[in-house]
Amino acid sequence: MKKILIMCAALCLIISNQLMAMEPVKIGMVTTLSTKAGYLGEEMRDGFKLAIDQEGGKLGGIPVELLVEDSGRKPEKAKQIAERYIKKDGVKILTGIIFSNVAMAVVPKVVREDVVYLSPNAGPSKLAGKGCDKNYFSVSYQNDNIDEVVGKYVNGEGHKNVYLIAPNYPAGKDHLAGFKRYYKGEIAAEVYTKLGQADYAAEIAAIRAKKPEALFFFLPGGMGVNFLKQFSQAGLGDSIAIYGPAFSFDERILKAVGPAALGVKNGSQWTHDLDNEANKQFVAAYQKAYNRTPTLYASQGYDTARLIGSALKAVEGNLDTIADFRNALKKADFESVRGNFSFGKNQHPVQDLYIREVIQTSSGGYTNKTLEKVFSNHVDAYAEQCEM
Amino acid sequence: MLLFVEQLLNGFQLGITLFLMSAGLTLIFGIMRVINLAHGSFYMIGAYVGATVIAVTGSFLLGIAAALTAAAITGMLVEYLILRHLYNRDHLSQVLATFGLILFFNELTRIIWGRQPLFMDVPVWISGSIELLPGLIYPIYRLAIIAVGVMVAGLLWLLFAKTKIGMQIRAGASDRQMISALGVNINLLYTLVFGLGTMLAGLAGVMAGPILSVESGMGESILILTFVVIVIGGIGSVRGAVVGALLVGIVDTLGRAFLPDLFRFFLSSGYADSAAASLASMATYILMATVLVWRPRGLFPSHS
Repeated sequence: MKKILIMCAALCLIISNQLMAMEPVKIGMVTTLSTKAGYLGEEMRDGFKLAIDQEGGKLGGIPVELLVEDSGRKPEKAKQIAERYIKKDGVKILTGIIFSNVAMAVVPKVVREDVVYLSPNAGPSKLAGKGCDKNYFSVSYQNDNIDEVVGKYVNGEGHKNVYLIAPNYPAGKDHLAGFKRYYKGEIAAEVYTKLGQADYAAEIAAIRAKKPEALFFFLPGGMGVNFLKQFSQAGLGDSIAIYGPAFSFDERILKAVGPAALGVKNGSQWTHDLDNEANKQFVAAYQKAYNRTPTLYASQGYDTARLIGSALKAVEGNLDTIADFRNALKKADFESVRGNFSFGKNQHPVQDLYIREVIQTSSGGYTNKTLEKVFSNHVDAYAEQCEM
Repeated sequence: MLLFVEQLLNGFQLGITLFLMSAGLTLIFGIMRVINLAHGSFYMIGAYVGATVIAVTGSFLLGIAAALTAAAITGMLVEYLILRHLYNRDHLSQVLATFGLILFFNELTRIIWGRQPLFMDVPVWISGSIELLPGLIYPIYRLAIIAVGVMVAGLLWLLFAKTKIGMQIRAGASDRQMISALGVNINLLYTLVFGLGTMLAGLAGVMAGPILSVESGMGESILILTFVVIVIGGIGSVRGAVVGALLVGIVDTLGRAFLPDLFRFFLSSGYADSAAASLASMATYILMATVLVWRPRGLFPSHS
């Protein structure tokens, strides 16, 4: 009798231990799903979820529970959601923010509470240099990277006179600064327009008068759609080469721009046609699951999830010592859909950067094609200022 | 010089679009005393319906017709179902209700058409550019917008000055109690005026579709300028809307086009660019403030 009782007790202990181990790791995702920019968060979330679904609810063999909430692009609301995840749900891993201004409101605060934040998109310079933190990882890029690659490429193309245009707000100036860091030629003009401007007739007339060889623009979302359409209607598309960062050329935006974007070259760290096994597998699975071509944001969400998976596996799902988890993340021991991927000293990616071109698909739609690799293992400009 | 003429044309074209928006808004305010923040939503509805019909049928004219009908019908429904109950309330209730309508329509377009912007192109028969003067190349589509706007202004003038219904509308703007005492069905008149106003907004929307991105919330960016126009022109006056719209369009365009060059004469280029950009986006508001100091009720106040 006694023996049986002991056996029972031992068995119970084992079972309860196992149950404890099976308690899923919670991952808090604060992202933008509403407003017209909502599709960015949607793509990112779908990429992230795909990684979890492929493992049947696990990442790196560890069961996970993904909590998703919409910040509506509002920094204040994002902050509240993050606080609630940490205080109420006991979340140790946060991710999801799309916009740099939202990230600036949330990230510096949460990393002080011993929570690890992994950025699947926003990579503001302030968090890459002096403001870097051991609990903050950018899985996407440092914002300037996507412009630097275009600056370097434009030199190689022999354009000596480039016209720059961006909205008049901090990110607009940062992106042009990124371009200018590598572009060596002359700048025809540097124009800042009103944020959210719809009609660019005045600017386009000025461009026509200046006759630059090339044009670099950073006009995210609807602004870029408006600008490209009007630029092509003004008949300038053939005489002036257009360049920009990848943000204005994802497959969803291209649908709205139509033929006006054909031939435009843009900088990116990923395209759906990159030739590596992880990427081929990802693109096919994404297409099957959601019936659309993945965008840049989806690839970043997917990579973030798989990076978390690699670290969870290394610590066997145990987040009690956050330093161990952090060290495992830092190794970046996962197959990135970008091919090359490692973290630099400021925990931002050291990765290859490409120039892509907008082409027409055989079915009449529009998409991007990788043209050439411009940087190999590129380190961002702020890494040197980071001291951890 | 040629550049100046081209920028003037650009300003004129922006002014015409603003006129189509503000004519409707100023009529509605002048006659019904309703502040209709949701006017931009009808602009958006025009663009969405137009883009959809054009995508399905391939006919631009059919698209315009559908856009006008959709904007007018939605407008009349909104007047009948919602605004009619607010005529006797204060402006705050009207602002709250019409603001609610903005949120409602923005979300509705997202539900029906999804979040990504719709594609709409210039019809082939008015695409391309022509050389107006030697060296001055201008897109035909923008000229067409100017032509349509001038035509609409003419038609509105005919309607108000020469027809009986126009006379009733003008009378309604001056004294609504008197006109209903004279046996005019004021409720019907209100619904018609509201439908006319929203139809003009729909026209502006569908014509802007090939130039701008057709997306949820597109009405709000133009709505603010529209309010500036009717404040400058004098609330309730169509003539004021014409003058105000052209003034705002030209000041806004010329400011954006020439302020940076002007500033570079006496400032270093980096500083000049950002200072000029800031001042250019303020230019229309400075114009409004100046006009209000000089004429507190706008350039052409309607007599009431």
